[in-house]
Amino acid sequence: MKSLVAAFCLLLLAAPAAAETLNVKVGVLRETHSRETISILDIPAADDTLAGALLGTADNNTTGKFTNQTFEAIDARLEEGDDVVVALDSLFDKGALFIIADLSPERLLAASERAKPKGALLFNVSATDDRLREDDCRANVVHVAPTRSMLADGLTQYLVWKQWRRWLLIKGSHPKDELLAQALRNSAKKFGAKIVEERLYEDTGGGRRSDSGSVQTQRQMPLLTQNASAYDALIAADESDVFGGYLPYRTWDPRPVAGSAGLTPTNWDPAHEQWGALQLQNRFIQTFRRLMNARDNAAWLAMRMIGEAATRTASNDPEKLRLYMLGKDFSIAAFKGVRLTLRPWNLQLRQPILLSDGRIIVSVSPQEGFLHQTSELDTLGLDQPETKCKLN
Amino acid sequence: MQIELTNAPSPTLPRWRGRGSRFGLSTMLARLPRHGRACPGHPRVGPNAVDASNKRGHDASYAISVTMAASLCAALSVTPAHAYKAYVSNEKGNSITVIDTDKLDATATVKVGRRPRGVALNKDGSELYICAGDDDAIQVLDTKTLKITGKLPSGPDPELLALSPDGNVIYVSNENDNLVTLIDVKKKEMIGDIPVGVEPEGMAVSPDGKLLVNTSETTNMAHLIDTQSKEIVANILVDGRPRFAEFKKDGSELWVSSEVGGTVAVIDPAKRELKQKISFEMPAMSKEAIQPIGISFTRDGKRAFVALGPANRVAVIDAETKRIEKYLLVGQRVWHLAFTPDEKYLLTANGVSNDVSVIDVASLKVVKSIPVGAFPWGVVVAPQ
Repeated sequence: MKSLVAAFCLLLLAAPAAAETLNVKVGVLRETHSRETISILDIPAADDTLAGALLGTADNNTTGKFTNQTFEAIDARLEEGDDVVVALDSLFDKGALFIIADLSPERLLAASERAKPKGALLFNVSATDDRLREDDCRANVVHVAPTRSMLADGLTQYLVWKQWRRWLLIKGSHPKDELLAQALRNSAKKFGAKIVEERLYEDTGGGRRSDSGSVQTQRQMPLLTQNASAYDALIAADESDVFGGYLPYRTWDPRPVAGSAGLTPTNWDPAHEQWGALQLQNRFIQTFRRLMNARDNAAWLAMRMIGEAATRTASNDPEKLRLYMLGKDFSIAAFKGVRLTLRPWNLQLRQPILLSDGRIIVSVSPQEGFLHQTSELDTLGLDQPETKCKLN
Repeated sequence: MQIELTNAPSPTLPRWRGRGSRFGLSTMLARLPRHGRACPGHPRVGPNAVDASNKRGHDASYAISVTMAASLCAALSVTPAHAYKAYVSNEKGNSITVIDTDKLDATATVKVGRRPRGVALNKDGSELYICAGDDDAIQVLDTKTLKITGKLPSGPDPELLALSPDGNVIYVSNENDNLVTLIDVKKKEMIGDIPVGVEPEGMAVSPDGKLLVNTSETTNMAHLIDTQSKEIVANILVDGRPRFAEFKKDGSELWVSSEVGGTVAVIDPAKRELKQKISFEMPAMSKEAIQPIGISFTRDGKRAFVALGPANRVAVIDAETKRIEKYLLVGQRVWHLAFTPDEKYLLTANGVSNDVSVIDVASLKVVKSIPVGAFPWGVVVAPQ
């Protein structure tokens, strides 16, 4: 009874609380990610991405008790070949006008097109493609995931700080690998690193698991890396997880590995503990009995952005929330040591990039000394003067 | 576009760290202030110093000259004062450093539990309560014997605590369960808890003991709680990641600092509403680096000091007009602040530079830096 009275008092006194409960429904539209990973630690769980959205929902609902708002996450999982539009329509039917999207670029653009007449707002939590923020940017897609160019710049700043400026770049044979390689080339040029040699690792197919796999890779990787021009760091561009993970400790010359393996740039890592991050990691582990990966974190953050904007505007109208997020009053805390804000020209979330060795966070970029007239976070990725995005 | 790395440290940095320069580490970690100074409260490492350190071998002589200058300044500016004892929690050192505020020097280091952060003294200063986060307990330190005499049950990972004015109840935020926990100090028992927002953190009790405030870091609210009924009576939205709350001594205002939002919210506790927000701006300082944390008011309520975290500054604010009078350069990542009881000095705990800056309150100058343990976080001064 006491708590009922308390709850009633809360409703009367809560800052921007509306008289009626405001319900915010968020669809979680997620692809099934490949289980072909070099390390079994990276095999996605059944609730990959979704778990992060659920934790964000729980956080928002705790706040919602005081503001008379409730939040709900509705899961929609796509298998290969499923039609994204059909799945999206079913989310709209359930009343979800906010969509956390863990989709390939093609599916994301299709979803954006379909969402337009509905006035729905999408949050990209996994696609790192720069084109989605450049030529193919959309006014109804907020990008929580960093771009390849942001990730590459985060890594490059650190390598330059370390004076490891000469790189041997090895890229995989998939189109995604070339996109990452290009981001790394641009980044090297931007910050003064040099790619002394580039090599290709052809994906000849096949699985990752075998009972004696290490015997062969121990012989293959030295061959792949021998007779290279003098270099300081080996950079792997291997988004399909075909060979990068095999490189550390197996190179011909004793050199550090970075990029898709070794020292890896990411928006989140389960080993990140600074700036209160440990609290979020603990909440996640307690609830889901597993570690929080980068997609989980981006989904949590998307949900928190929705929650924060809904709290401040006392609204569940996607357009109102979008305008708030674009405004000067919006910022979000994400356990990265600084406030995160949106780049208004392409709806990309500004964010520090963590550099992980898989066990601990080695460093966090932007690195000290890389200056910018607006925000040091804008030293990461394509900046406003270079943008090709025209939002409409 | 080509971006150049300015102030690039030498890749051989770790080598000269061990060569007798006690400023080596802070030089390496420095978010470099843009200006040097003649009479440093701190081992100031301006851009020139970095240039010197790039030519290996210059660092040691630089460090020596800074030490000499610092002690000279201290000798000139320190006039006899009452000797109080300050207690500084060292987050990574797992220790409390005791400082004699007359000598302005550390007199003892006490090993305590793991990850000590929030500290508070009882009324007569005989006991220090220490939030030992990684030990899931509040430890009690006898300030005479400097021995741990016991612990209070706190729930997991206590970070900040507040004491009722009569000293009988401790309020502590329990981050994992979104609760404020009440502890009976004498019985050493939990006597209740109050559900609040996500990641409760800052705690303060009004001078009359009637109102408790808790800030929740992810919910971004100040929860005002009636200490009699133990019910929330108001929830006030503030900016991102509110970390600390402090009442003016007459209870007329409550200030809440938002670390990520970069502002201080001024709340009217009687009307239970937000009056205004104070924001900070400094030339050549990115707005992301300005992260308000600790707040201290002078007893007359005329002036406030706000620690600005990685901006390495303490803001001096006219607490009546809310105008910022001055920014004082202190050590790196300044967390919490404490006055000596005579308000001659304000001490600041500087997390990254492993020291405490001493601000002379009358002249508004930083007069000394006192090396303490690793990653100093909280600071309190005893009235004895």
